Amino acid sequence: MSISRRTLLGTASAAAALPLVRARAQGTPTIKIGVLNDMSGPYMNTGGPTSIVCCKQALEDFGVSGKGLNIEVINADHQNKPDLAVSIARQWFDRDGVDMLLDVPTSSVALAVQSVVREKNKVYLNSGAASSDLTGKACSPNFIHWTYDTYMLAKSTGGAMVKAGGDSWYFLTADYAFGKQLQADTTSFVQAAGGKVAGSSAYPFPGTTDFSSFLVQAQASRAKVLGLCNAGADTVNSIKQAREFGINQTMKVAALLMFVTDVHALGLDVSQGLNLTESFYWDLNDRTRAFTNRVKPKTANNWPNMVHAGCYSATLHYLKTVADMGPAEAKKSGVDTVARMKRIPVEDDCFGKTTIREDGRNLTPAFLFEVKKPSESKGPWDYFKQVAMTPGDQAYRPLSEGHCEFIGKA
Amino acid sequence: MFGFSKAQQFAFLTMLALIVICPFVLYPVFLMRVLCMAIFACAFNLMIGYVGLLSFGHAAFFGMGSYIAAWTMKFWHVDAAVAIVLGGATGAVLGLCLGYLAIRRSGIYFAMITLALAQMVYFFCVEAPFTGGEDGIQQVPRGQLFGIVPLNNDMAMYWLVAAVFLGSFLLIHRIIHSPFGQVLKAIRENEPRATSLGYRTDDYKLIAFVLSTTLAGVAGGTKALVFGIATLTDVHYSTSGEVVLTTLLGGLGTVFGPVMGAVLVTTMENYLAQFGQWVTVTQGAIFVICVLAFRRGVIGELGGALRLAL
Repeated sequence: MSISRRTLLGTASAAAALPLVRARAQGTPTIKIGVLNDMSGPYMNTGGPTSIVCCKQALEDFGVSGKGLNIEVINADHQNKPDLAVSIARQWFDRDGVDMLLDVPTSSVALAVQSVVREKNKVYLNSGAASSDLTGKACSPNFIHWTYDTYMLAKSTGGAMVKAGGDSWYFLTADYAFGKQLQADTTSFVQAAGGKVAGSSAYPFPGTTDFSSFLVQAQASRAKVLGLCNAGADTVNSIKQAREFGINQTMKVAALLMFVTDVHALGLDVSQGLNLTESFYWDLNDRTRAFTNRVKPKTANNWPNMVHAGCYSATLHYLKTVADMGPAEAKKSGVDTVARMKRIPVEDDCFGKTTIREDGRNLTPAFLFEVKKPSESKGPWDYFKQVAMTPGDQAYRPLSEGHCEFIGKA
Repeated sequence: MFGFSKAQQFAFLTMLALIVICPFVLYPVFLMRVLCMAIFACAFNLMIGYVGLLSFGHAAFFGMGSYIAAWTMKFWHVDAAVAIVLGGATGAVLGLCLGYLAIRRSGIYFAMITLALAQMVYFFCVEAPFTGGEDGIQQVPRGQLFGIVPLNNDMAMYWLVAAVFLGSFLLIHRIIHSPFGQVLKAIRENEPRATSLGYRTDDYKLIAFVLSTTLAGVAGGTKALVFGIATLTDVHYSTSGEVVLTTLLGGLGTVFGPVMGAVLVTTMENYLAQFGQWVTVTQGAIFVICVLAFRRGVIGELGGALRLAL
């Protein structure tokens, strides 16, 4: 087959001209929400398009048009590159007049954007990133960490599992800062709850795909729980291989960072018996089911996990605050808007009533779930049964231990 | 001027005019991104275009340059110019060590050795405490230039980046058109013949490699200042791949090609971001189109059509 250069050029230029057709809508005080997340990479299902759907659902549920508000939602793919994210965020604030930045998974990206938002005095509501540094040594008065963080995951999974009988642990840890931090945090909660750590294996990150030798060591340790201090594809691979070794027959497997969307991708057959922590599950109560039923038609293949629910809840609360302050006032200062958000009580279908602490930590409850056996699952996405619940005021790192620089000064 | 041919002089003046006019029309931070990428691609082009060696590990020098510049800015509060120079020095030292090993082979073996060495640098950066692991070095202040000009203003920063870019660009142009550059081209065309004429080709290749990595370090350092971050992305092998793509798209072995490539690739990354999952697909498609339709790259084809060496 031969393709003439002219055809190729023609097609290419037609394709290039397409984006120019998109008209730019302008209006008087329009509040712009920018959803910045991973639309094509490893976190596409944990955040991605469903986050945008949930953000727009919040606009609908709030009844934006009925309240005379003018809200626009734009989005971009940060490809998990911090420098790209920073340049998009800067452009959004400087040129496109974005007032609120939402979602932003991947800790390195979330941290990189933090200083831009502060410099430009906008609002930054993070649902997707895990690092507890965001409300610790990298905290900002323009920022609220909405859904979860590494401390809460470690506390819920580590502490509550020991109480449920898993009192000896073996860790499989990705050998980099995030994995080590997660292991250290979890170890302290396991020990505080009276459990002990039988051993741990650190594997080179990234690039390890064969976990067999580490899994055999874990099995030989006779610990009751295998803690997976890793994320994304590594977690998925280690769970698959743990099942191949029959580890889930003798040990409980606890994934420290995993979402219902990952369980869906793995299938119940592989992931049954797994323990994990989320702050939201669609089948928790009538309100979460009602929310999921509203969103479901728009994202049929990817039901909301806690990150998505966080995007909904954060947007809804932001809209409440904007309506309260008036859009013109809300546009003026990010710090003031966030301060007002912290004062107004948070309530929505996803998390019920929560409070936002002064360091920007939204205190959501932490649920420890166990993945059902295929025989127990009654319908699509019926994956979890609740093992334990840690209330929001106990789930997160105490204010005094965070060393957030603006706390106590104001 | 600077030994440019008439056509090149015209192209250079056009580029200069665009550099001066663009920040008033387009978003300066975006343009700075383009210019940093352009310095990096020009540095890479020095190796592939004029020595004929495809280095697949240039991200190591770019990334280490950016780490060192960011670290010294943040913790030692050095001057912005010093930070950029330190970035370049890092590239030079690292280039000397890795280049000493790598230039002994050519072709695919050279590419593989540079890739392997760059991966070692990457794993070093993952583990080393000073890089901050996968979080990177964050919140780097832009500081001041020569202790007097504050760079927090985007325009001030832009003029600095533009100056660094022009300096690097002219330096590379000078290198290529010097007697030294002639020897490099001779090595590219026929290495045994260059050896038989009495040139120690290994020394020439090493010097060219170090010059290229120095400029890659400068590009990395400048980028760290612009965005206030240095992260693992900069040392990742995908960055090495991106610079290959950039140079190919613009035109290998042309002076202006890498600059054009940087404009195209960065523009795609930036303006396609709103289309979500289509970014990578579009990039791939454009790359295929380029390889099928303009094998010499945009500038290469343009030069070919006009019968000019650009």
